Amino acid sequence: MPESRATTAAPEPRAEGTDGHPPLLEVRGVTKSFGSGRRRLTALDGVDVQLGRGQTLGLVGESGCGKSTLARVLLGLERPDAGTVRYDGVDPFALRGKELLNWRRRVQMVFQDPFASLNARMSAADLIGEPWRTHRDVVPDAKAREKRIRELLSLVGLRESDAHRYPNEFSGGQRQRIGIARALALDPDLIVCDEPVSALDLSVQAQVLNVLSELQSRLGVAYVFISHDLSVVRYISDRVTVMYLGKVIEHGETEDVFERPQHPYTAALMSAAPVLDTSRASDDQEIQLKGEIPSPFDIPSGCRFRTRCWRAEDRCATEAPPAVVREPQGMGDAHTALCHFPL
Amino acid sequence: MTTTSAPAPSDTAPALDVEGLCVDLSTPSGTVRAVNGVSFSVRRGRTLALLGESGCGKSMTALSVVGLLDPAASVTGGAVRVRGKDTLRLSPAERRKLAGPVLSIVFQDALTALNPVQPVGRQIGEPFRIHRGLSRRQAEEKAIELMTRVGIPEPRQRAKSYPHQFSGGMRQRLLIAMAVALDPDVLIADEPTTALDVTVQAQIMRLLRDLQDERHMAVVLITHDLAVVAQRADDVVVMYAGTVVEQGAVHDVFTSPRHPYTRGLLDSVPEDAERGRPLPAVPGSPPELSAVPPGCVFQARCPLVRERCVRERPSLRSTGDGRSAACHFSEELDRA
Repeated sequence: MPESRATTAAPEPRAEGTDGHPPLLEVRGVTKSFGSGRRRLTALDGVDVQLGRGQTLGLVGESGCGKSTLARVLLGLERPDAGTVRYDGVDPFALRGKELLNWRRRVQMVFQDPFASLNARMSAADLIGEPWRTHRDVVPDAKAREKRIRELLSLVGLRESDAHRYPNEFSGGQRQRIGIARALALDPDLIVCDEPVSALDLSVQAQVLNVLSELQSRLGVAYVFISHDLSVVRYISDRVTVMYLGKVIEHGETEDVFERPQHPYTAALMSAAPVLDTSRASDDQEIQLKGEIPSPFDIPSGCRFRTRCWRAEDRCATEAPPAVVREPQGMGDAHTALCHFPL
Repeated sequence: MTTTSAPAPSDTAPALDVEGLCVDLSTPSGTVRAVNGVSFSVRRGRTLALLGESGCGKSMTALSVVGLLDPAASVTGGAVRVRGKDTLRLSPAERRKLAGPVLSIVFQDALTALNPVQPVGRQIGEPFRIHRGLSRRQAEEKAIELMTRVGIPEPRQRAKSYPHQFSGGMRQRLLIAMAVALDPDVLIADEPTTALDVTVQAQIMRLLRDLQDERHMAVVLITHDLAVVAQRADDVVVMYAGTVVEQGAVHDVFTSPRHPYTRGLLDSVPEDAERGRPLPAVPGSPPELSAVPPGCVFQARCPLVRERCVRERPSLRSTGDGRSAACHFSEELDRA
């Protein structure tokens, strides 16, 4: 077993950063708050995220943890108060005009609710091709556009004849495929998927997850995959980042985090998620957290998880917890957690 | 203890017995059958899960049992028996007498289920005023007791608050308090934790279990979540397109499903799936209620389908050990 060592230093940069090329996405110390004075809500507090090409980062946390704000920052929709966001070393918030437009096509989004996110008055072909109205030079002529729409439809497992049907003629799973095809229309490097399968029925969920995995191996697109469903995150992600009240409290390779969580919150999340195994039917060994997530208007001092933590001691209220770094069991990112008393 | 005259059911008789329930739904394009011959029963102290995906008729079944169907839907056949009476044949007034002391329901969305303009203490105390004739003050005291029991901090002060002043988890606790107020025989929980965060979900499920043990209620858990069924229920009824396709003890059904749909659902959970390997997904999606095929309801998505499935709808037949499945070829699943 790799030894834990406590350190306050930032975790070492990932392997990808060392070969001279900056990673696809590198977020350092991003902070974002809303409101002013006493009614100040801290949505992100010093968040670090890194992601290489063709990889998937799972983002886990409960409501109010800041994962949606982070998604908006990654898409360039929300400017952070502090910290840096770099795509291939470039700061999207420093871009203007044409450069900004060109950057935008590299990062796309798939939304949670395929019933709300598609315009009911547009056909599948119009929906998929709509991004080209802004980004005119991606597929310039009409013939090529038609062809590309057919390609995109078949990439996501729809029929060419579906091009002229409207959203109400599709099931939830098919609509989500349209949403994915639309995100792919600009040939992005990164797709931010915000709970992309949680509105779908279980039997259809697996189909959409398969489409996402297949697209990644064929096109090399990277995903930031936001989900509350841990079994889905474990299946789809290379690395997992766990957030609590605006902070990344644990990060590591998926198997490291799931097999040996260091942060009590991560352990509690995993233990709270029900599992299929009927022989483990008793919830007696389950870690039950006290209370609910505190208000982001009023974040606890020291460790923000201490109010619900069963391991908390006096120190947790006064000192910010250090980063505990464990070597990964295989290749990849170090397994880090912010905790005075890691598991 | 209760105001209804019929005796409370013993432990061996079912507390709730649903038989051949049919519900029709009128839609702009005609009448469709939303629930088609659903039968199940549950004893006190036991938990039965109605498992299925959206549109399978599980919520419609629950609403018919408690008599809260939307006006567009109507029960067209079957029986719902509690304490020896078929509630479908009772007058509305008689039926209301059962709501609370015999049957009660916890909904998914606590914010819409609670009255937004009434303090929660008064709402939770209401069953005591209606069914037991307590005064407003006495009912409020009862409400505070219940709020304490379901884990609302500072219940005396909080009784004066309104629903929007509570978090989602706390609102769900309030709904549960109201549902168990009169010690019902049967508690129906319709996706009680779907809208909540994982750690809060676990707290609510634990509370429901403790209350069930304490009050010896029968619980009917309506859910689409296989893992919740695995962890929480004794028996399971799997529904698809308005019909029951399989039922039995949860452990048996989940370890050796006898309907290809159940098997497909279990396989598509990514829990034990290997990264990078495609998930064994069920192809297609559930049929529209207006287009349920005449033969087997699952034929269009079934890996075992053959000609007989198109011609003849399989009836729910016993496969031994108190289990049953509606499949012509369920034996083949055992071997596969």
